[in-house]
Amino acid sequence: MATFKEFRNNVKPNWCPGCGDFSVQAAMQRAAANVGLEPEDLAVISGIGCSGRISGYINSYGFHGIHGRALPIAQGVKMANRDLTVIASGGDGDGFAIGMGHTVHAIRRNINITYIVMDNQIYGLTKGQTSPRSAAGFKTKSTPMGSIEQAISPMELALTAGATFVAQSFSTDLKDLTALIEAGIKHEGFSLINVFSPCVTYNKVNTYDWFKENLTKLSDVEGYDPSNREAAMQTLMQHNGLVTGLIYQNTERKSYQELVSGYSETPLAQADLKLDQAHFDKLVAEFK
Amino acid sequence: MINQLSWKVGGQQGEGIESTGEIFSIALNRLGYYLYGYRHFSSRIKGGHTNNKIRVSTTQVRSISDDLDILVAFDQETIDVNYKELHENGVIIADAKFDPKKPEDTQAAMYAVPFTDMATELGTSLMKNMVAIGATSAILDLDIQVFEEVVQEIFGRKGQQVVDKNMEAIKAGYEYTKEQLGGAETMQLEKADGQKRLFMIGNDAIALGALAAGCRFMAAYPITPASEIMEYLIKKLPALGGAVIQTEDEIAAVTMTIGANYGGVRALTASAGPGLSLKMEAIGLSGITETPLVIVDTQRGGPSTGLPTKQEQSDLMAMIYGTHGEIPKIVMAPSTVQEAFYDAAEAFNLAEEYQCPVILLTDLQLSLGKQTVEPLNFEKVEIRRGKLVTEELPEIENKGYFKRFEVTEDGVSPRVIPGMKNGIHHVTGVEHDETGKPSESAANRIAQMDKRFRKISNLKFDTPIHKNAPHEEADLLIVGFNSTRGAIEEAMGRLEKDGMKVNHAHVRLIHPFPAEEMMQLVNSAKKVAVIENNATGQLANIMKMNVGSHEKIHKILKYDGNPFLPQEVHTKCKELF
Repeated sequence: MATFKEFRNNVKPNWCPGCGDFSVQAAMQRAAANVGLEPEDLAVISGIGCSGRISGYINSYGFHGIHGRALPIAQGVKMANRDLTVIASGGDGDGFAIGMGHTVHAIRRNINITYIVMDNQIYGLTKGQTSPRSAAGFKTKSTPMGSIEQAISPMELALTAGATFVAQSFSTDLKDLTALIEAGIKHEGFSLINVFSPCVTYNKVNTYDWFKENLTKLSDVEGYDPSNREAAMQTLMQHNGLVTGLIYQNTERKSYQELVSGYSETPLAQADLKLDQAHFDKLVAEFK
Repeated sequence: MINQLSWKVGGQQGEGIESTGEIFSIALNRLGYYLYGYRHFSSRIKGGHTNNKIRVSTTQVRSISDDLDILVAFDQETIDVNYKELHENGVIIADAKFDPKKPEDTQAAMYAVPFTDMATELGTSLMKNMVAIGATSAILDLDIQVFEEVVQEIFGRKGQQVVDKNMEAIKAGYEYTKEQLGGAETMQLEKADGQKRLFMIGNDAIALGALAAGCRFMAAYPITPASEIMEYLIKKLPALGGAVIQTEDEIAAVTMTIGANYGGVRALTASAGPGLSLKMEAIGLSGITETPLVIVDTQRGGPSTGLPTKQEQSDLMAMIYGTHGEIPKIVMAPSTVQEAFYDAAEAFNLAEEYQCPVILLTDLQLSLGKQTVEPLNFEKVEIRRGKLVTEELPEIENKGYFKRFEVTEDGVSPRVIPGMKNGIHHVTGVEHDETGKPSESAANRIAQMDKRFRKISNLKFDTPIHKNAPHEEADLLIVGFNSTRGAIEEAMGRLEKDGMKVNHAHVRLIHPFPAEEMMQLVNSAKKVAVIENNATGQLANIMKMNVGSHEKIHKILKYDGNPFLPQEVHTKCKELF
């Protein structure tokens, strides 16, 4: 069985020293090993942005696509090969701005993949513009007077979109994050994990210290029950979304693969492409 | 006796015009006639004039006809909009219910038949289209028993009584009209050959071709005139273990298709111009990541929403050059429903062999015009997967990556799909080295760009130009693509009768353009007429770019939303001399 070291490759990430994404990378590698995967069983599909580079930093199959489209690519990969473990990942701009449409629909479609968002509340790769996760009043190069738009609440949004697995973590909580990714991979359906992953270069507000001060662990909330959607919503609203842990999980709703009519039990990628003549003749007969 | 007939049924959209045409056509197709249908419809659900024009012939026809023999009208608008197409011996059969008025400037005869009232009397006004079929049969002196089989198939599940009632409605229409006709001359069709052929639209053929080629996944967004491809596969893929996902948008459709192809299944997406515009960035992703991708573009009137239910061929340049940057790409353009079937299947082979996007270009008339098709030969469908690695791979030391983008002589690199041991590599839309790792090195950039373009520099493509070139030295070479083939063929026949020497070239591989082959044809003609449904002459411009001879090449264009008629091609070609 592969250890987490086997999910390391020999590529040096081009992230800034201190970037939160390093810990997310480590947690993904550990989680993959902990659930018993071999490197070739995993496909990491990523978007564009600093965090989008992650697919090239893990020793597994990786596909670095186009901005905002990691999710549809990842869903296509999973539909082609249901035996693969598919993790989509990218930043908050990728998932909640240009790719928001896909995020909402991937949630409601509920294909069995895991989506890890590295949320730093800013656009890093383009050197510091506002993101849909930036708080109102947040000053950046594109909002010199402070952002006048409201920040998106991805966890609340996921709940209203019918998510079956919603979790949030902080990149320094390596142990918790690893456990959440493991749970996400094991979840039969779409799992969304939003990770606060500070940008040490461009975000001087939402820093490591800021998160430490402001985050509440759900394990510290008395009697918190992640199977209660209504309570999950209330808790999120009470804490302005700044909670970590498993927010909600619905284990009853079946995944897309379980529901789609006739869908092959074996991976489509291994299907015999040739139709038999009788099948073809039957299809043609309808046009006579 | 006549050897061909042009019949049109019209009324308000949602009134059963479609099914009237359908029942009439299927029955005649089974008798061995060749049919060619054209639907005039609007971008709305109910209301608005719609009509279905069907040409019936004892020989192959691939175009709508210039004029009309019989017009079946469910309202006055149908008469007013269409009567000018009727020739002097033409006939209008109209529902007596709306008190039809025959325009003064036509010599066509008119018979008012109480379609609605007779149908109501038999049980439901819905059967008025059956009465109309019966009335048509009287004019054609056609035995109404030919409809029984089709009526049985369509209404059988509703019970024998419904079948009987519908047959009674046909009979009532037939007898009423027969009596009205008195001794007047009928339009008796020559007997057909009785051969069994298919009757289908281009979109059916494309979907069937995809299944035959092993396509097991489709992601698509509904759009006219492409949706039939998705709807067909939704019905048929479950039995083969596959699936169709109706995505949230066009971008998701194409990127999901790219993901599925990367994942190892043959996957398809289909759309029309507006969808293709949205897919452009992803087409570039397929190009640079060398991920096989098959996209169908069913052209319609553009730009923007344009004329969504009308014929046009104006996506040509966008399909060849679309996406920023430069990638190898293959653009195919079938010209008949039969070709659409074989080309759809072949598109999957080319996408895997050359590891690049393949665009299967059709137009609205080819995608939706229902026509008689010679039996399809399944044995002709090959499955070729190019350099897909299926055997076990040796271990790579020190966590090195598999050289998925290895620089090779033919430019094509071995392709492994995720899940394969020792095949791990990275794929990225960023310029990358042989293992898929991002690279900005100038030498690597040149090596990878050249490698990608090398792939299609030696593209093997069966019949890139459909040629009917009987003359070594021709007065005129007519060039077209997609559904204009029939109109050109008929015009060619008429021009030959006029004493002109005419060759015809229908381009089936739009890109990479078969320049050498076209050059020979151009060189052996005094003049070249390029027939296309667009306003700027896109194919003519592509011809000029590839074969020169600017002074010889003339554009014959139509962009009013309607297909070319044979007589239009005939007249415009004559005007060149």
